[in-house]
This record gives sequence, C-alpha cells and structure tokens, in this order.
Amino acid sequence: MNKKSLYTKREDGRAFDELRPIEAKVGIIPNADGSAMYKSGDTVAIAAVFGPRILHPQHMQNSQKGILRVSYDMMTFSVYERKKPGSNRRSQEISKVIEWALENCVDLSEFPNTVVDVFIQIPQADAGTRVAGINAAVMALAQAGVPMTEMISAVAVGKMDKTLVVDVNKEEEDYEEGEGATDIPVCFLSKSKKLALLQLDGKISPEELKKALEMGRKACEKIYEAQVKALKQVGEERE
Amino acid sequence: MERKIIVPGETIMTGEEFLPGNGTRREGKDIVASRFGLVDISEKLIRVIPLSGVYIPRRGNTIIGQVIDVNFSGWMIDFNGPANGFITLGEFPGYVNKDEMRDRLDFGDMVVAKIVNTSGKSIDLTLKMRGLGRIDDGMIIKINPNKVPRVIGKEGSMVTTIKEITRAEITVGQNGLISIEGKTIEDELNTKKIIEFICNNSYVEGLTERIKEYAEKELKIGEKDE
Amino acid sequence: MEVPRIQARRILEYLKQGKRFDGRKTDEYRKIEVKVGISNKAEGSCSVKFGDTEVYAGVKMDIGTPYPDSQDSGNLSVGAELGPMASADFEMGPPKINAIELGRVIDRGIRESKFIDLKKLCIKEGEKVWNVYVDIYAVNDAGNLMDVAGLAALIALANAKMPVYNEKTERIEHEWTKNPLPLNKENLAFNMTLYRIDDHIVVDPTREEEEIAEFRISLAVGDDGEGGARITSIQKGKQGAISEEEMSELLDILEKKWKEIFPKIKKHVWG
Repeated sequence: MNKKSLYTKREDGRAFDELRPIEAKVGIIPNADGSAMYKSGDTVAIAAVFGPRILHPQHMQNSQKGILRVSYDMMTFSVYERKKPGSNRRSQEISKVIEWALENCVDLSEFPNTVVDVFIQIPQADAGTRVAGINAAVMALAQAGVPMTEMISAVAVGKMDKTLVVDVNKEEEDYEEGEGATDIPVCFLSKSKKLALLQLDGKISPEELKKALEMGRKACEKIYEAQVKALKQVGEERE
Repeated sequence: MERKIIVPGETIMTGEEFLPGNGTRREGKDIVASRFGLVDISEKLIRVIPLSGVYIPRRGNTIIGQVIDVNFSGWMIDFNGPANGFITLGEFPGYVNKDEMRDRLDFGDMVVAKIVNTSGKSIDLTLKMRGLGRIDDGMIIKINPNKVPRVIGKEGSMVTTIKEITRAEITVGQNGLISIEGKTIEDELNTKKIIEFICNNSYVEGLTERIKEYAEKELKIGEKDE
Repeated sequence: MEVPRIQARRILEYLKQGKRFDGRKTDEYRKIEVKVGISNKAEGSCSVKFGDTEVYAGVKMDIGTPYPDSQDSGNLSVGAELGPMASADFEMGPPKINAIELGRVIDRGIRESKFIDLKKLCIKEGEKVWNVYVDIYAVNDAGNLMDVAGLAALIALANAKMPVYNEKTERIEHEWTKNPLPLNKENLAFNMTLYRIDDHIVVDPTREEEEIAEFRISLAVGDDGEGGARITSIQKGKQGAISEEEMSELLDILEKKWKEIFPKIKKHVWG
C-alpha cells in the first residue's frame, strides 16, 4: 500500500465516495402489485412485483412459507453491443444472487404455498445494473405490501488501480491502468447493516476489502434515504 | 388527521406501553413497521394500514370471485387472493345434486361469498347467507383492495351515499371486486366514476361533500330529472 | 380471471349505445404519450403509451452478411417480448405465439411499406451489410399491445442515428453520427388494429374488449402520395370470420379513422 494509486481523479469529477445522481419512482407499472424505477447516473432499472400469489407448479410450493422468485434480464438495446434477447447464464446467475439478497428482508411465513415474483429489466445500462435492480426491486416489494423486516440497498464499489470508489460507472468498469478495475457489488440491510450480497472480480487485499465494505455500507445509507423518499411520495401523490 | 407513511424496518414508536398491531412487530422497546403503509394509532394499539398490495383474506370478509373449477366436492373460486377459495356442496344453500352443480354455478360465473376459514391450503367459502350467491347481472370493476374500507365507509355510509346519488345497487367485495347494477348505463358509469374518485382522493377530508360536488359539477347528476 | 359472461353482456349493452366502460367512443384512441431516448446505448429508442398500455422499443445495428436473395440490401429483424412484468397472463421464457405473431406483424408493416431503404444499408454488395434490429418490450398490458408496439417501433427507427463505422478496423465505434437511418419518410405506415365485438367495430381495446372480440384485423396504413390511404400489410387474428358487408364496413371505418389520426401519428413520429 506504499505505492501511490494511478487513479487520482474520477472521470466524471465525483469524489471517491460520491454516488451518481439518483432518480427513484414507485408505481410505474399499473398491472403489477408493486413496481418501481431506480436510476443511478445512466443506469436504469425497472422492477415489477406480483404476489403473494398461487405458485404453479404445485411441486414447487413450500408448505411452510411463500417463496421469492427473481428474474433479472437486460433489454437488447440497453448496451452498446446488442444483447441477444432472452435469459442467458449471466442473467440467471444475477437473478439468483439478487433472490438470495432479497430473501433477507422479506417475511413470507404467513403465505405458505405462494410465490412472490420479482421481475427486473434494464432498459439502459452503464455499470451497476444488478445493484440498481435490487434497489428498484426493494421499493417494488414494499409497494406490493409484502411483509418485510427491513429495507435493503445496494451499490457497486470499485477499486481503480489502488483507489477505492463508490458507484462505478461504465468507464471505470473498463479502467485498465495499474491493477485495473475491480468490481465489487454489495448490498446491505437497512437496520441490521448486515451484508446480503457480495461479489468481486479483479484483485484486492483483505485490508482493502474491509475498507471497500465500509465505503459500501455508508453509500447504501444514502441510497436507503432515496428509496424511502420515493416510497413516501407515493402516499402523497394524488393525481 | 395527518397519517404518517412508514417504510418497513422504520421505528414507529418506542415504549413498552404500546401494542404491536397488524403490519408491525415489537423489537425490544420499539414498535417497528413490517409493511409499507400508513401508521394508525388508536389508544395504545399501533397498526400499519397498507396503501397497496394484494388482498389478504380474513374470516368473515365478503368477497367477489370467479368459478374456475367444478369437481365432485364443490366449486373452486379465484378472487385474486394469495390462494383460491373453495365452496363445498355443504356450503351451498339448499340441496344440490351432483349432476346439477354446473346448472347452479358454472365455470366463469361470478359469485359473492363469505370467508369462513383461512387456515389450510385453500380458503373456505360459504354462500349460505343472505346477499350471497351467483351474480346474475351487473358490471364488475376492480379497485385497489386497500381502498375498499373508504368505499364502504363507516358502517356502510359511503356506499349508501353513492346509492343515493346514482340509484345503483352496489356489492363490494373486500378483495377489491365490485359489482354495479344500475337502472341505466349512465347510472352505472357514474357509479364507477364516483368509486374511482373515492380511490383517488381517499385521504381527503370531507370526502362525502367532495363526492356530492363531483357528482353535481362533473357528472352532472341531478340535472336531468325524471 | 377471464371475462365473465355478465361482463361480456354489459360490454355489448354499452356498445349498442355507442359507449365503452372508460367513456370512450368506439373509434376513439386513448391518450398517446411518447418519450424518446429511453436508452442512450441504443441507435434509437422510445417508450410509447396508449392510456396505461406501455411498450419500450429500441433499435440496434451491427454489420453482417446479406441474405442470398437480397445481396444488395441490409437486413431488418423485428422481435417482441411480452414478459410477465407486463401482465399476470404472460409467462417467463422464450416468446410464445402472441409475442411471435406481434413481432412478425410489426415487421411486415415496416418491411412491406419500404419505410427503411434497405438498399442504402449495403456496405459491399454480396459481402457486407448493416443489420437493423428492432426489439420491443411490453411493460404494461392494458390492451392493444399490437398498435402501441407498432408505433413504438416506428418512433425508435425515426429517431435512430447511424453508428460510427470505422472502415479500416471494420468495427463499430461506441458513438453515433448525426445521420438518421436511410428512411423513406413518405412511406410511413401506421399499424391500426380494428376489433369486432358482436356488431361493433372498436379501436384501441382494453384487455376485456380484446378478449371478447370475435376477430381483429391489423392493417399497416400509410399515405398513397395523394392524401389517400395505402394499405401495405394485413393480418386477421382470432377465429371469427368476416362477411363481405363487414369487410366493406371495416374498410370504410379504417379509411375515415386513418385520415383523422394519421396527422397526429406523423407528429409523434417526426416531432
């Protein structure tokens, strides 16, 4: 840690611990039981929640509690190089880690044999799509009236060469100088502050990782405020 | 009365004298929200009233649903809930021969039923009470089930007000399905519009007055006298 | 929940008096709202709403080889996804017949009207051409996805810009030129679907109206150059069969409605 980092300034002028501008709106899909849009800089995620509803096929039902089912996908035109339509391995893996994260904050013990379906789509991507998806999904779950123990917020922490930053954008994701870019999506529960999602690709020391998690936790507190604000605006909106 | 909007995980009140009602739980000294909605405090009971979300079936509720299956033991009913309802032969008024089941209640028919039991895989329903049974005529509309209490009003006062204005017969299911039967199409459409007005203005004070104004000014009810 | 018989009866009773549940007349469209540029990574994109029905559409392009029977033309491919986010009636997974049909009908409407000058998308005959992909996503289904999708596809194409193509490296850069796609603007054809419910012809149906309709007929209609209607593709959907009189009546309604709405549509497309 004695060598100075090559990444001294962020391309878009943000401070290392600064988030991109956030836009959050709840109730964008009338057919859904709950829905929301979460935008971080140029990354946009929309989420729709249906349920608790009857789960088919029957053999998948859990007689003790309801299950959560997440499906994440990106629209073909959300990225520079067109993504082939339909789910692929990447979207399936991301769906699963998001599901594991969200399971920490929902309580479906009163709804045996049901499913709560969460659908996440990305119309415009600029890094941090899975964390934007989680942030949208949590607001949609709340609006759907799903019993929840707490809220959850996510952010992509990054390490550019030796510099830790919060809310990585596409340019930073592609950074190649020095140790290059390390991408660390994280997700924290709002009350218990526990870590509900952690992935990493790149390279990092245990000491740096601890710092990254600390930065992520602080950033998630700010994201939580934006989510709460969007939810509270729903009640006040009378068209 | 300004009701506060609360988000899951937020602390509503602190103090051991408070009781955690629907949508809340106790965590140590705090009463914490378990659902997104409006805080309601009456005496020492703290509840969260949901603003949105699926209908949660409760014993004693009246619901409106559709027959989706008829088998030898009864009729299965879809009412947009987290589970389907079931009416056994025993809960159908009078005697029904197994061969005439579909004559009494067929696939696709709409029914008004009462919930007798919510434990178990499906919700037990009954038709054995006045006002319950197959809906033979009417227009069915769907509203946010969380607005139903406002549409019904204290002891049915709001429904009564609507009936006075439009002369239509209204049956409100707690699950958000409503059946409207009016003397004319205008009456039915006006009833629908008034119900939608209530749903969009449910937090407004003096809603009954506002409805009467709306009916007079916007819907022009009362200008054509018969 | 399927449309109950008593509801279908009501819908018909209202139609007999020229009324619909939401107060519209039978030939009235819901409010159309357009937002252009919903993805800054797309060549062109938009969101379109008719009432509560909402669709996102985006155009992406890349370089490919021409089809054997059109060696001098670029390729167009239109697809749609009607996913479970938009309705409890849609399932997960690869497109079902409703999405397949919708994509193909919109494709034909654009292709047969020759809205895109595919010959101008040829880079080197027989070897290298542009591929144009139009992808449509249902976001909320409140009826008439077909027409909303059709308009969204047109607006995405009208607003698209050609990507920068580096001839030397033969790569597409992540930037755009100021040039629009080679479009024959005068060939713009708007997809209009008419639905028959009993004796009545209805446009821009709600989900319930769609479900009880005996048949629907989608027509891509543009200008013949003299202010008259020019039909460039048709799809009759659902089982119901059409009598000669009905067909005549349909076409009269179509012509009348098209004359009325086409100027508004052109404004949505070209701004």
